[in-house]
Amino acid sequence: MSLYVKIKKNYGNFVLDAEFEAKNETMALLGASGCGKSLTLRCIAGIVRPDDGQIVSNGITLFDSRRRINLSPQKRRVGLLFQNYALFPNMTVEGNIMAVLAKSGRRDRRERFSSLVKKFYIGGLENHYPAQLSGGQQQRVAIARIMASDPSLLMLDEPLSALDSYLRWQLEDELAKTLGSFPGEALYVSHNRDEVLKLCDRVCVIDRGRFEKPRPAGELFESPETLASALLSGCKNYSRIEFADGGPRAADWNIRIKCAKPIGEDTSHIGVRAHYVSIMPGEAPEAAEENAIPCRVLRMTNDIFTVIVSVHPLGTDPENDFSRIRAELPKGSLGGLSEGDLVTAVIKPGDVMPLRRNYVNI
Amino acid sequence: MDLFPLYNSLKIASISTFITFFAGIFAACHIARLPKAVKGVLDCVLTLPMVLPPTVVGFFLLKTIGPFGPVGSSVMNLFGFRLTMTWYSAIFATAIVTFPLMYRTARGAFEAFDRTLLYSGQTLGLSGTYIFWRVMMPNCKQGVLAGTVLAFARALGEYGATTMVTGYIPGRTATISTTVYQLWREGNDSLAYKWVGVNLAISFLVLVAVNMLENRYEKPKGPVLSPLADK
Repeated sequence: MSLYVKIKKNYGNFVLDAEFEAKNETMALLGASGCGKSLTLRCIAGIVRPDDGQIVSNGITLFDSRRRINLSPQKRRVGLLFQNYALFPNMTVEGNIMAVLAKSGRRDRRERFSSLVKKFYIGGLENHYPAQLSGGQQQRVAIARIMASDPSLLMLDEPLSALDSYLRWQLEDELAKTLGSFPGEALYVSHNRDEVLKLCDRVCVIDRGRFEKPRPAGELFESPETLASALLSGCKNYSRIEFADGGPRAADWNIRIKCAKPIGEDTSHIGVRAHYVSIMPGEAPEAAEENAIPCRVLRMTNDIFTVIVSVHPLGTDPENDFSRIRAELPKGSLGGLSEGDLVTAVIKPGDVMPLRRNYVNI
Repeated sequence: MDLFPLYNSLKIASISTFITFFAGIFAACHIARLPKAVKGVLDCVLTLPMVLPPTVVGFFLLKTIGPFGPVGSSVMNLFGFRLTMTWYSAIFATAIVTFPLMYRTARGAFEAFDRTLLYSGQTLGLSGTYIFWRVMMPNCKQGVLAGTVLAFARALGEYGATTMVTGYIPGRTATISTTVYQLWREGNDSLAYKWVGVNLAISFLVLVAVNMLENRYEKPKGPVLSPLADK
């Protein structure tokens, strides 16, 4: 089973240029809001017609602009879970699922209904209306209803974003089970790196309508290669790179940067995760092996288990967002530091990630 | 008191509401999908009867279905009956005048309808007809019903266009509104008051019905389950 998508859709001020292939896996489409993730799903489902391109699922052409093929959503066998779940409010849970089962005309629809009820833990809710259900229950019903339509491709549009955080972990487990037992491909749209890391095999980062090359989820978060994927992977510190007298300089941090990985011509930025920045009080001596940046403390913010220290390198504009370095440190590791103090931010060369600005197509 | 005008008015209003119900919903459904420019023009044309004086609508009608109008004369030649000065002539007049009420309220209801329900129905393999009658209509019920009741009320009270195409023939084309006018002209105030009373009673009922439909809060059926009792 496989899915091939190569489509273009032009809205004038926004252009979607999607290309990817998935084979028996859960593929994440990860991107900031408005980047075209949901639009891609709608094109695959047949709700929105792409300007040109091709969509092939399991050898069946769903859309092909050149051969003038555009199957109706009903014929595509694509299950799409909407962000608001889109249960029919005028029907009970049973009505919602039976509406789909009845259409198949199969004799065993009562048995299929019972097995779906059991599989998705919705026993006891059969006669309730969607408005009576919690977000988690609605989601289970919606997934059961999609499974009733027997899809060959499953697409989930930010399935956890509408839920309270205490329900998330539980539903995450259930989704992992559903996705694991689903025989075909699944597309998982999200802007949340944690969900993607836990639930998906590969990740396709989307930056303003453009698709980057899909990469295994762990690898993407370990070493993002572009600015967009670093941002989405939760990296907090960035500086532009410029080349001056023989070496790369982190322009926004006002230092010559030492990086374990090669910084090439196409490197436009470097990124450093907040966890990997350490803060030393006072001015540190020039260290040969590490990047030591003399800074002034801007703000200290308390999180539950950590303290986030924002500093700005001396000789830079503190209003420039790139010139702020955020360090996330365990609580109690900083004695008596306060705003305005002079400190040194220390970054190991192995923690510096060279990043490209532009996406590279497949 | 001869109850023919009441019977005739109810009959005309029912038939014309039946027509505008389907015509209004059909137009509301299909115009929403058209390109913007076409939509704007059609929307104006279809709403026009609501703001035009009914006499202007009646004038156009007479010029079309009257004995010398293109439609009226053809029907007379082909089938041998006339379209004006009969009880059913009023149906043309009331249907045209009440159409915008149905069309606009139905369109408002359809525009407020959550499109993702439509899309999810499609991806689940449900047919367009099923989605329309079993998902869209039940969820737009209030708006559509309010439009229907308003159209019925307007049809019952229509005077201007009706009187121009049906005239006033007691026992044949008389409606409540034309009867009140006729009785006042004849100076028969006591009978006119009775018909005015009938009219007031019907209008009051209709407005109460519309208010009830518009204010009805869609309570979830049954108790809302606690999200903590999730499993």
